[in-house]
Amino acid sequence: MSTTYVWLALLMGAVTYPWRAVPLLTPGMHRLPRLVQEYFRLVGPAILAALAAVNTFVVIDARRHPTAHVGIELLAVGLCVVLVAARRGLLVGLVAAAILAATVRALSGG
Amino acid sequence: MREDLPPLTDSPEATPDSPVPGSTDGGDDLARSRRRLQLDGLGIIASAGGFGFVYGLAARAAGFSPLESSGMSVIVFAGAAQFAAVGYVLGGFSWLGIVVLTAFLNARHFLYSAALAPYLGDVPRPVRAVMAHVLTDEAFALTIAHFRRIGRADTWGYWWAAIMTTFIPWNVASILGSLVGGQIPDPSRFGLDVIFPAAMAGLAVGLVTGRRELVAAVVGAVAAVGVGLAWDPAAGIIAGGLLGPLAGLATPRRASDRPHEAIIVFTPTMDDPSATRPDGSR
Repeated sequence: MSTTYVWLALLMGAVTYPWRAVPLLTPGMHRLPRLVQEYFRLVGPAILAALAAVNTFVVIDARRHPTAHVGIELLAVGLCVVLVAARRGLLVGLVAAAILAATVRALSGG
Repeated sequence: MREDLPPLTDSPEATPDSPVPGSTDGGDDLARSRRRLQLDGLGIIASAGGFGFVYGLAARAAGFSPLESSGMSVIVFAGAAQFAAVGYVLGGFSWLGIVVLTAFLNARHFLYSAALAPYLGDVPRPVRAVMAHVLTDEAFALTIAHFRRIGRADTWGYWWAAIMTTFIPWNVASILGSLVGGQIPDPSRFGLDVIFPAAMAGLAVGLVTGRRELVAAVVGAVAAVGVGLAWDPAAGIIAGGLLGPLAGLATPRRASDRPHEAIIVFTPTMDDPSATRPDGSR
Protein backbone atom coordinates (compact mmCIF):
# COMPACT_ATOMS: atom_id res chain seq x y z
CA MET A 1 0.00 0.00 0.00
CA SER A 2 1.40 3.39 -1.01
CA THR A 3 2.50 5.76 1.74
CA THR A 4 3.90 8.61 -0.35
CA TYR A 5 1.16 11.06 0.51
CA VAL A 6 1.56 10.38 4.22
CA TRP A 7 4.71 12.51 3.93
CA LEU A 8 2.67 15.25 2.29
CA ALA A 9 0.19 14.96 5.17
CA LEU A 10 3.04 15.34 7.66
CA LEU A 11 4.19 18.52 5.91
CA MET A 12 0.64 19.87 5.82
CA GLY A 13 0.24 19.03 9.50
CA ALA A 14 3.52 20.74 10.30
CA VAL A 15 2.26 24.05 8.87
CA THR A 16 -1.20 23.69 10.40
CA TYR A 17 -0.35 22.79 13.98
CA PRO A 18 1.43 26.07 14.89
CA TRP A 19 -1.67 28.10 14.00
CA ARG A 20 -3.68 25.95 16.36
CA ALA A 21 -1.14 25.60 19.13
CA VAL A 22 0.84 28.81 19.58
CA PRO A 23 -1.83 30.88 21.36
CA LEU A 24 -2.99 27.91 23.43
CA LEU A 25 0.55 27.14 24.57
CA THR A 26 1.74 30.70 25.08
CA PRO A 27 2.01 31.52 28.80
CA GLY A 28 -0.06 34.36 30.19
CA MET A 29 -2.80 34.34 27.58
CA HIS A 30 -5.36 34.63 30.39
CA ARG A 31 -3.61 37.69 31.80
CA LEU A 32 -3.75 39.88 28.70
CA PRO A 33 -4.80 43.52 28.93
CA ARG A 34 -8.54 43.98 29.18
CA LEU A 35 -8.80 45.49 25.69
CA VAL A 36 -7.08 42.48 24.13
CA GLN A 37 -9.29 40.12 26.11
CA GLU A 38 -12.33 41.96 24.84
CA TYR A 39 -10.99 41.72 21.28
CA PHE A 40 -10.57 37.95 21.54
CA ARG A 41 -14.01 37.66 23.14
CA LEU A 42 -15.47 39.27 20.02
CA VAL A 43 -13.57 36.93 17.70
CA GLY A 44 -16.19 34.24 18.35
CA PRO A 45 -19.25 35.93 16.85
CA ALA A 46 -17.17 37.64 14.15
CA ILE A 47 -15.47 34.58 12.75
CA LEU A 48 -18.49 32.30 13.02
CA ALA A 49 -20.51 34.89 11.09
CA ALA A 50 -17.63 35.14 8.60
CA LEU A 51 -17.59 31.37 8.09
CA ALA A 52 -21.35 31.29 7.62
CA ALA A 53 -21.38 34.22 5.20
CA VAL A 54 -18.51 32.98 3.04
CA ASN A 55 -19.99 29.48 2.82
CA THR A 56 -23.35 30.98 1.85
CA PHE A 57 -22.43 33.75 -0.59
CA VAL A 58 -19.09 32.72 -2.13
CA VAL A 59 -18.44 29.73 -4.33
CA ILE A 60 -15.10 28.74 -5.80
CA ASP A 61 -14.29 26.78 -8.91
CA ALA A 62 -11.61 24.14 -9.30
CA ARG A 63 -8.99 26.85 -9.70
CA ARG A 64 -10.16 28.64 -6.54
CA HIS A 65 -11.66 31.58 -8.41
CA PRO A 66 -14.38 33.05 -6.17
CA THR A 67 -17.75 34.18 -7.48
CA ALA A 68 -20.84 35.58 -5.76
CA HIS A 69 -23.74 33.21 -5.23
CA VAL A 70 -27.25 33.74 -3.93
CA GLY A 71 -29.37 30.61 -3.76
CA ILE A 72 -31.38 28.32 -1.56
CA GLU A 73 -28.45 28.22 0.86
CA LEU A 74 -29.33 31.76 1.95
CA LEU A 75 -32.91 30.78 2.75
CA ALA A 76 -31.80 27.61 4.52
CA VAL A 77 -29.24 29.41 6.68
CA GLY A 78 -31.75 32.19 7.36
CA LEU A 79 -34.34 29.63 8.47
CA CYS A 80 -31.83 28.09 10.86
CA VAL A 81 -30.97 31.52 12.30
CA VAL A 82 -34.64 32.34 12.82
CA LEU A 83 -35.28 29.03 14.56
CA VAL A 84 -32.23 29.43 16.80
CA ALA A 85 -33.25 33.00 17.65
CA ALA A 86 -36.72 31.69 18.49
CA ARG A 87 -35.06 29.24 20.90
CA ARG A 88 -36.03 26.14 18.97
CA GLY A 89 -32.51 24.79 19.25
CA LEU A 90 -29.66 24.46 16.79
CA LEU A 91 -30.43 20.86 15.90
CA VAL A 92 -33.97 21.76 14.87
CA GLY A 93 -32.57 24.63 12.81
CA LEU A 94 -30.02 22.40 11.07
CA VAL A 95 -32.54 19.70 10.24
CA ALA A 96 -35.00 22.28 8.92
CA ALA A 97 -32.28 23.94 6.84
CA ALA A 98 -31.14 20.65 5.31
CA ILE A 99 -34.70 19.54 4.53
CA LEU A 100 -35.52 22.90 2.95
CA ALA A 101 -32.42 22.85 0.75
CA ALA A 102 -32.87 19.21 -0.29
CA THR A 103 -36.58 19.67 -1.00
CA VAL A 104 -36.20 22.81 -3.08
CA ARG A 105 -33.39 21.24 -5.08
CA ALA A 106 -35.39 18.08 -5.66
CA LEU A 107 -38.43 20.07 -6.79
CA SER A 108 -36.34 22.24 -9.09
CA GLY A 109 -34.54 19.23 -10.52
CA GLY A 110 -31.19 20.49 -9.22
CA MET B 1 -10.10 27.72 40.23
CA ARG B 2 -9.12 31.34 39.86
CA GLU B 3 -10.95 34.17 41.51
CA ASP B 4 -8.23 36.78 41.11
CA LEU B 5 -8.77 37.40 37.46
CA PRO B 6 -10.47 40.42 35.95
CA PRO B 7 -13.83 39.94 34.28
CA LEU B 8 -13.41 38.33 30.91
CA THR B 9 -16.72 37.34 29.46
CA ASP B 10 -20.20 38.57 29.39
CA SER B 11 -22.37 37.29 32.12
CA PRO B 12 -25.19 35.45 30.43
CA GLU B 13 -28.53 36.35 31.84
CA ALA B 14 -30.74 33.84 33.51
CA THR B 15 -32.57 32.30 30.64
CA PRO B 16 -33.38 28.66 30.12
CA ASP B 17 -30.47 28.44 27.72
CA SER B 18 -27.91 30.60 29.43
CA PRO B 19 -27.72 30.23 33.18
CA VAL B 20 -25.92 32.75 35.31
CA PRO B 21 -22.42 31.68 36.30
CA GLY B 22 -22.11 31.34 40.00
CA SER B 23 -25.77 30.62 40.50
CA THR B 24 -26.59 28.09 43.16
CA ASP B 25 -27.48 25.41 40.67
CA GLY B 26 -24.06 25.39 39.07
CA GLY B 27 -24.00 21.64 38.52
CA ASP B 28 -27.35 21.89 36.78
CA ASP B 29 -25.99 24.72 34.63
CA LEU B 30 -23.07 22.59 33.55
CA ALA B 31 -25.21 19.55 32.89
CA ARG B 32 -27.75 21.62 30.96
CA SER B 33 -25.06 23.25 28.84
CA ARG B 34 -23.46 19.89 28.14
CA ARG B 35 -26.80 18.47 27.02
CA ARG B 36 -27.21 21.41 24.69
CA LEU B 37 -23.66 20.91 23.42
CA GLN B 38 -24.45 17.28 22.66
CA LEU B 39 -27.69 18.16 20.88
CA ASP B 40 -26.05 20.94 18.88
CA GLY B 41 -23.30 18.53 17.94
CA LEU B 42 -25.66 16.04 16.29
CA GLY B 43 -25.99 18.18 13.19
CA ILE B 44 -22.21 18.63 13.08
CA ILE B 45 -21.77 14.85 13.26
CA ALA B 46 -23.99 14.43 10.20
CA SER B 47 -22.10 17.12 8.32
CA ALA B 48 -18.63 15.81 9.28
CA GLY B 49 -19.65 12.26 8.46
CA GLY B 50 -21.11 13.17 5.09
CA PHE B 51 -18.22 15.29 3.94
CA GLY B 52 -15.65 12.92 5.45
CA PHE B 53 -17.11 10.15 3.32
CA VAL B 54 -16.98 12.34 0.22
CA TYR B 55 -13.38 13.26 1.05
CA GLY B 56 -12.48 9.57 1.27
CA LEU B 57 -14.06 8.93 -2.12
CA ALA B 58 -12.32 11.94 -3.66
CA ALA B 59 -8.95 10.92 -2.23
CA ARG B 60 -9.40 7.39 -3.56
CA ALA B 61 -10.27 8.81 -6.98
CA ALA B 62 -7.14 10.98 -6.87
CA GLY B 63 -4.99 7.91 -6.30
CA PHE B 64 -4.57 8.02 -2.53
CA SER B 65 -4.35 4.68 -0.77
CA PRO B 66 -6.65 4.21 2.26
CA LEU B 67 -3.58 4.65 4.49
CA GLU B 68 -2.71 7.94 2.80
CA SER B 69 -6.22 9.38 2.84
CA SER B 70 -6.90 8.42 6.45
CA GLY B 71 -3.38 9.48 7.42
CA MET B 72 -4.16 12.93 6.09
CA SER B 73 -7.43 13.00 8.04
CA VAL B 74 -5.63 12.13 11.27
CA ILE B 75 -2.51 14.24 10.79
CA VAL B 76 -3.92 17.36 9.12
CA PHE B 77 -7.55 17.11 10.25
CA ALA B 78 -8.70 20.17 8.32
CA GLY B 79 -11.44 19.47 5.80
CA ALA B 80 -11.04 22.42 3.44
CA ALA B 81 -7.28 21.96 3.22
CA GLN B 82 -7.68 18.22 2.64
CA PHE B 83 -10.17 18.69 -0.19
CA ALA B 84 -7.89 21.33 -1.72
CA ALA B 85 -4.86 19.05 -1.41
CA VAL B 86 -6.64 16.18 -3.13
CA GLY B 87 -7.70 18.49 -5.95
CA TYR B 88 -4.21 19.88 -6.36
CA VAL B 89 -2.58 16.46 -6.30
CA LEU B 90 -4.98 15.47 -9.06
CA GLY B 91 -4.04 18.65 -10.92
CA GLY B 92 -0.33 17.93 -10.63
CA PHE B 93 0.58 20.79 -8.30
CA SER B 94 3.91 20.75 -6.48
CA TRP B 95 4.00 19.68 -2.86
CA LEU B 96 5.46 23.06 -1.93
CA GLY B 97 2.43 24.80 -3.41
CA ILE B 98 0.07 22.49 -1.55
CA VAL B 99 1.86 23.05 1.76
CA VAL B 100 1.85 26.83 1.33
CA LEU B 101 -1.84 26.77 0.43
CA THR B 102 -2.53 24.63 3.50
CA ALA B 103 -0.79 27.14 5.75
CA PHE B 104 -2.88 29.90 4.20
CA LEU B 105 -6.18 28.01 4.45
CA ASN B 106 -5.60 27.08 8.07
CA ALA B 107 -4.34 30.43 9.36
CA ARG B 108 -7.78 31.16 10.81
CA HIS B 109 -7.13 28.55 13.48
CA PHE B 110 -4.83 31.05 15.15
CA LEU B 111 -7.85 33.17 16.02
CA TYR B 112 -9.74 30.18 17.41
CA SER B 113 -6.79 29.25 19.55
CA ALA B 114 -6.34 32.81 20.80
CA ALA B 115 -10.03 33.11 21.68
CA LEU B 116 -10.03 29.83 23.63
CA ALA B 117 -6.65 30.33 25.32
CA PRO B 118 -7.89 32.57 28.14
CA TYR B 119 -10.36 29.89 29.18
CA LEU B 120 -7.85 27.06 29.11
CA GLY B 121 -4.98 28.74 30.97
CA ASP B 122 -4.95 26.27 33.85
CA VAL B 123 -5.25 23.13 31.76
CA PRO B 124 -1.90 21.29 31.79
CA ARG B 125 0.25 22.25 28.84
CA PRO B 126 0.57 18.72 27.41
CA VAL B 127 -3.21 18.48 27.39
CA ARG B 128 -3.47 21.84 25.65
CA ALA B 129 -0.95 20.61 23.08
CA VAL B 130 -3.28 17.72 22.25
CA MET B 131 -6.31 20.00 22.32
CA ALA B 132 -4.64 22.18 19.70
CA HIS B 133 -4.37 19.33 17.23
CA VAL B 134 -8.13 18.74 17.17
CA LEU B 135 -9.12 22.42 17.06
CA THR B 136 -11.37 22.90 14.03
CA ASP B 137 -14.10 25.30 12.93
CA GLU B 138 -16.73 23.02 14.41
CA ALA B 139 -14.87 22.35 17.65
CA PHE B 140 -14.31 26.07 18.17
CA ALA B 141 -17.91 27.00 17.42
CA LEU B 142 -19.41 24.43 19.78
CA THR B 143 -16.83 25.00 22.50
CA ILE B 144 -16.91 28.78 22.62
CA ALA B 145 -20.71 28.69 22.82
CA HIS B 146 -20.52 26.14 25.66
CA PHE B 147 -17.83 28.06 27.57
CA ARG B 148 -19.79 31.30 27.23
CA ARG B 149 -22.94 29.65 28.54
CA ILE B 150 -21.24 28.38 31.69
CA GLY B 151 -18.78 31.27 32.00
CA ARG B 152 -15.72 29.06 32.34
CA ALA B 153 -13.76 26.24 30.78
CA ASP B 154 -15.00 22.67 30.64
CA THR B 155 -12.46 20.29 29.17
CA TRP B 156 -15.04 17.52 28.91
CA GLY B 157 -17.05 19.84 26.69
CA TYR B 158 -14.02 20.60 24.56
CA TRP B 159 -13.23 16.92 24.00
CA TRP B 160 -16.84 16.19 23.18
CA ALA B 161 -16.98 18.97 20.60
CA ALA B 162 -13.60 18.17 19.07
CA ILE B 163 -13.44 14.39 19.26
CA MET B 164 -16.98 13.02 19.39
CA THR B 165 -18.66 15.43 17.01
CA THR B 166 -15.85 16.02 14.53
CA PHE B 167 -12.69 13.90 14.77
CA ILE B 168 -14.35 10.49 15.01
CA PRO B 169 -17.12 11.07 12.42
CA TRP B 170 -14.68 12.68 9.98
CA ASN B 171 -12.06 9.97 10.29
CA VAL B 172 -14.41 7.00 10.32
CA ALA B 173 -16.29 8.35 7.31
CA SER B 174 -13.14 9.19 5.38
CA ILE B 175 -11.78 5.67 5.94
CA LEU B 176 -15.08 4.22 4.77
CA GLY B 177 -15.07 6.45 1.70
CA SER B 178 -11.54 5.48 0.76
CA LEU B 179 -12.26 1.78 1.24
CA VAL B 180 -15.60 1.77 -0.54
CA GLY B 181 -14.61 3.92 -3.52
CA GLY B 182 -17.00 4.44 -6.37
CA GLN B 183 -18.89 7.39 -7.73
CA ILE B 184 -18.72 10.55 -5.66
CA PRO B 185 -22.21 11.59 -4.50
CA ASP B 186 -23.21 15.21 -4.28
CA PRO B 187 -23.82 16.07 -0.60
CA SER B 188 -26.02 18.98 -1.67
CA ARG B 189 -28.66 16.49 -2.85
CA PHE B 190 -29.31 15.74 0.79
CA GLY B 191 -28.92 19.31 2.02
CA LEU B 192 -25.69 18.41 3.84
CA ASP B 193 -23.87 21.38 2.31
CA VAL B 194 -26.01 23.90 4.19
CA ILE B 195 -25.46 22.31 7.59
CA PHE B 196 -22.02 23.82 8.11
CA PRO B 197 -22.92 27.47 7.33
CA ALA B 198 -26.23 27.08 9.15
CA ALA B 199 -24.45 25.71 12.23
CA MET B 200 -21.90 28.52 12.19
CA ALA B 201 -24.66 31.14 11.82
CA GLY B 202 -26.81 29.55 14.51
CA LEU B 203 -23.92 29.37 16.97
CA ALA B 204 -22.97 32.97 16.14
CA VAL B 205 -26.51 34.04 17.04
CA GLY B 206 -26.04 32.41 20.42
CA LEU B 207 -22.92 34.49 21.01
CA VAL B 208 -24.59 37.81 20.25
CA THR B 209 -25.43 39.13 23.70
CA GLY B 210 -25.08 42.86 23.06
CA ARG B 211 -24.44 45.57 20.51
CA ARG B 212 -20.70 44.96 20.36
CA GLU B 213 -21.13 41.28 19.50
CA LEU B 214 -23.78 42.15 16.91
CA VAL B 215 -21.52 44.71 15.22
CA ALA B 216 -18.59 42.27 15.32
CA ALA B 217 -20.70 39.56 13.68
CA VAL B 218 -22.19 41.80 10.98
CA VAL B 219 -18.88 43.47 10.11
CA GLY B 220 -17.15 40.09 10.20
CA ALA B 221 -19.66 38.66 7.73
CA VAL B 222 -19.56 41.65 5.38
CA ALA B 223 -15.77 41.85 5.42
CA ALA B 224 -15.48 38.11 4.85
CA VAL B 225 -17.71 38.16 1.78
CA GLY B 226 -16.06 41.29 0.38
CA VAL B 227 -12.52 40.01 0.76
CA GLY B 228 -13.60 36.50 -0.17
CA LEU B 229 -14.97 37.69 -3.50
CA ALA B 230 -12.11 40.08 -4.20
CA TRP B 231 -9.34 37.67 -3.27
CA ASP B 232 -10.00 34.29 -1.71
CA PRO B 233 -12.60 32.81 0.67
CA ALA B 234 -9.92 31.75 3.16
CA ALA B 235 -8.57 35.29 3.24
CA GLY B 236 -12.12 36.54 3.64
CA ILE B 237 -12.68 34.42 6.74
CA ILE B 238 -9.46 35.71 8.30
CA ALA B 239 -10.36 39.29 7.40
CA GLY B 240 -13.80 38.88 8.97
CA GLY B 241 -12.29 37.38 12.09
CA LEU B 242 -9.81 40.25 12.40
CA LEU B 243 -11.95 43.22 11.40
CA GLY B 244 -15.21 42.22 13.07
CA PRO B 245 -13.83 42.42 16.63
CA LEU B 246 -12.18 45.77 15.84
CA ALA B 247 -15.54 47.16 14.77
CA GLY B 248 -17.09 45.68 17.88
CA LEU B 249 -14.49 47.33 20.09
CA ALA B 250 -15.19 50.68 18.42
CA THR B 251 -18.87 50.35 19.27
CA PRO B 252 -19.96 51.89 22.57
CA ARG B 253 -21.98 49.62 24.79
CA ARG B 254 -25.59 50.44 25.52
CA ALA B 255 -26.67 50.56 29.12
CA SER B 256 -28.93 47.59 28.42
CA ASP B 257 -26.07 45.41 27.18
CA ARG B 258 -25.18 42.61 29.51
CA PRO B 259 -22.51 43.58 32.02
CA HIS B 260 -19.08 42.00 32.15
CA GLU B 261 -19.22 40.39 35.53
CA ALA B 262 -18.48 36.77 34.94
CA ILE B 263 -15.29 35.24 36.21
CA ILE B 264 -13.78 32.46 34.21
CA VAL B 265 -13.04 29.52 36.46
CA PHE B 266 -10.18 27.50 35.10
CA THR B 267 -11.26 24.13 36.36
CA PRO B 268 -10.64 21.08 34.23
CA THR B 269 -13.84 19.10 34.57
CA MET B 270 -13.22 16.34 32.09
CA ASP B 271 -14.02 13.63 34.59
CA ASP B 272 -15.62 15.66 37.28
CA PRO B 273 -19.03 17.07 36.37
CA SER B 274 -19.51 18.04 40.00
CA ALA B 275 -16.75 20.65 39.92
CA THR B 276 -17.47 23.51 42.29
CA ARG B 277 -17.76 27.22 41.57
CA PRO B 278 -16.15 30.12 43.39
CA ASP B 279 -19.08 30.40 45.75
CA GLY B 280 -18.82 26.75 46.63
CA SER B 281 -21.94 25.82 44.72
CA ARG B 282 -21.99 22.81 42.45
